[in-house]
Amino acid sequence: MKPYLREKRQFGFDDIPESTAFEAGYLVSVNSGWRSIRPVVNAQKCVGCGQCYFYCPDGVLSMENGKAKIDYDFCKGCGICAKLCKPNAIRMEAER
Amino acid sequence: MAKKFLSGDEAFAEGVRLARPEVISAYPITPQTIVVERLSEMVENGSLRSEFIHVESEHSALSCAIGASAVGARAFTATSSQGLLYMAECLSYASGGRFPIVMMNANRSTALPWNIYGDQRDSISQLDCGWIQAYAENAQESLDLALMSYYIAEHEAVSTPFMVNLDGFILTHTYETVDVPSQEQADAYLPPYETENKLDLQHPRNLAFSAGPEHNYIFKYKAHAAMLRAKSVVAEAEQRFAKVFGRCYTGLLESYRIEDADYILITLGSIAGLCREAADSLRQKGHKVGVVRLRYLRPFPSEELAEAVKQARAVGVLEKDISFGNEGTVFTNVNSALLQAGISIPSYNFIGGLGGRNISREDVTDIFERIESGTERVQFIGVEVDDK
Repeated sequence: MKPYLREKRQFGFDDIPESTAFEAGYLVSVNSGWRSIRPVVNAQKCVGCGQCYFYCPDGVLSMENGKAKIDYDFCKGCGICAKLCKPNAIRMEAER
Repeated sequence: MAKKFLSGDEAFAEGVRLARPEVISAYPITPQTIVVERLSEMVENGSLRSEFIHVESEHSALSCAIGASAVGARAFTATSSQGLLYMAECLSYASGGRFPIVMMNANRSTALPWNIYGDQRDSISQLDCGWIQAYAENAQESLDLALMSYYIAEHEAVSTPFMVNLDGFILTHTYETVDVPSQEQADAYLPPYETENKLDLQHPRNLAFSAGPEHNYIFKYKAHAAMLRAKSVVAEAEQRFAKVFGRCYTGLLESYRIEDADYILITLGSIAGLCREAADSLRQKGHKVGVVRLRYLRPFPSEELAEAVKQARAVGVLEKDISFGNEGTVFTNVNSALLQAGISIPSYNFIGGLGGRNISREDVTDIFERIESGTERVQFIGVEVDDK
C-alpha cells in the first residue's frame, strides 16, 4: 500500500495543525533527491512474488496487477530490491 | 473537604489522585519518591483507578506518559534533578507533540558535586523546552496546582505539558495542614480529557511526525502562541478554582505589600514566605519594602511583573540558580521584562540556596538592605571573596 494522499500544494499557516497530528498517509514533499541509481522493473520477468515489497526499507514498492511498481518520489536507490529479486526482474540503472 | 496533615509530596499525590490520571509512569528519585509511592499505594488499594507503569528510567517514564497521552489518556509522571536531565530528550517530544502531560518536579541540585538537596537549577535549565513551569510555595498550593495544571495543560487553547515544581525537602518533605477537596468537587472542577490529538481508529492520523524546514518553524510558532494563550487560561483556571473550592490564587505572580514599596524583592518557590516575614519586620522599622513571588516562569509574567514594580526605586532577585558565566536566569528574565516596559531602575541578583544551603531570615534582611543601599549586580549570598 502506498500513501493515498499526496497533493503538491502550498501549506499555509492555517493548514498547519497545532499538534503533530494530521490525516494518515499525507505527504507534503518528495524525498528522493540523492538517488544516483534507480531500480527499473522488467514486467516480463516479474513473477509477482512480493519479496521486493516486503524487503524495501522505505516502503516504496507496491504490487499493481500482480507486478512490482516503484514510487520514485521516495525511492532512495539502495538497490535491495534488485539484489534479492530471484528472477532478476529489477535492474539498477544510472540516473540521468 | 477534609483537613489532613501532609507533606508537599503527599499533598501533590492527593491532588493527582483527585485529577484521576489514567496512566502514571515514574521512576523514583529523592526527593520526589514519596509522590509516586503514595500514588502506587492508591492504585494498589483501589482508591485510584489508574494504570501504574513501573519503568526502568526517567527517559522511559516520560516516554510512557507521551505514549499514554497519544492515545488520549490523562497522564502523570514525576521526577527531580538528574532524573529531569535524563528525560530531557523527551521533554521536547512532549511539548512539540503538544501532549498535555503533567509532571511534578522536586527541585534538587544537579551533580557534580553530587547532592540531593534543593535548588532550582534542574528545572530552570529546562526553561526553553516548551513546558509550562509553575513553582509552588506550600503544600496547599501544591495540591491545588496538581488540579489546576491539568485544567490549564489540557485546555484546547493551550494543549501544552505542564511542570509543577516543588522545592526539594523544604517543600516536598515539610508537613502542613492541607484542605483535601472531595472527589465530587474535583470532578466538578476538572472535566475528563478530550482531544483530537490521539491515535484513533475512527479518525486515523499520523502522530508525532517529522516536518522539514519550511513547515517546522510554524509548529514552533504555534507552540509559542499557545504558551502565551496559557496566560489567560491560568486566570480562567483560577477563577473556576475559586468558584468550586473557595480558594483564590493571583495568576502568574503574587505580590505582597508592593503598593507603596520603594524596594521590592522578586523570588519564587518556598522561600517567599520568609521574604514576606522579613519584609514585615523591616516595614515595622520604616523600610518601604515588598515582595513579588513568581508563580510561573513559563509563560513568563513580563507585563504583570513590570506593572508590579513600576513604582519601585530598585529591585532584587533572589533565586536558587546560576547560569555560569552570566547571572541567575530568573534575573535575566526579570531584567528583560523591565527593559521591555521601559523601566530603568537598579536591579540586583542574589544567588542563594544552591545545593540546599540554608537561606536565613538574616540573609533575607541583609538582601533587602543591600537593595536599598545599592550593591554588586550579581552576588552569591553569604560568600565573601577577597578580590585583592
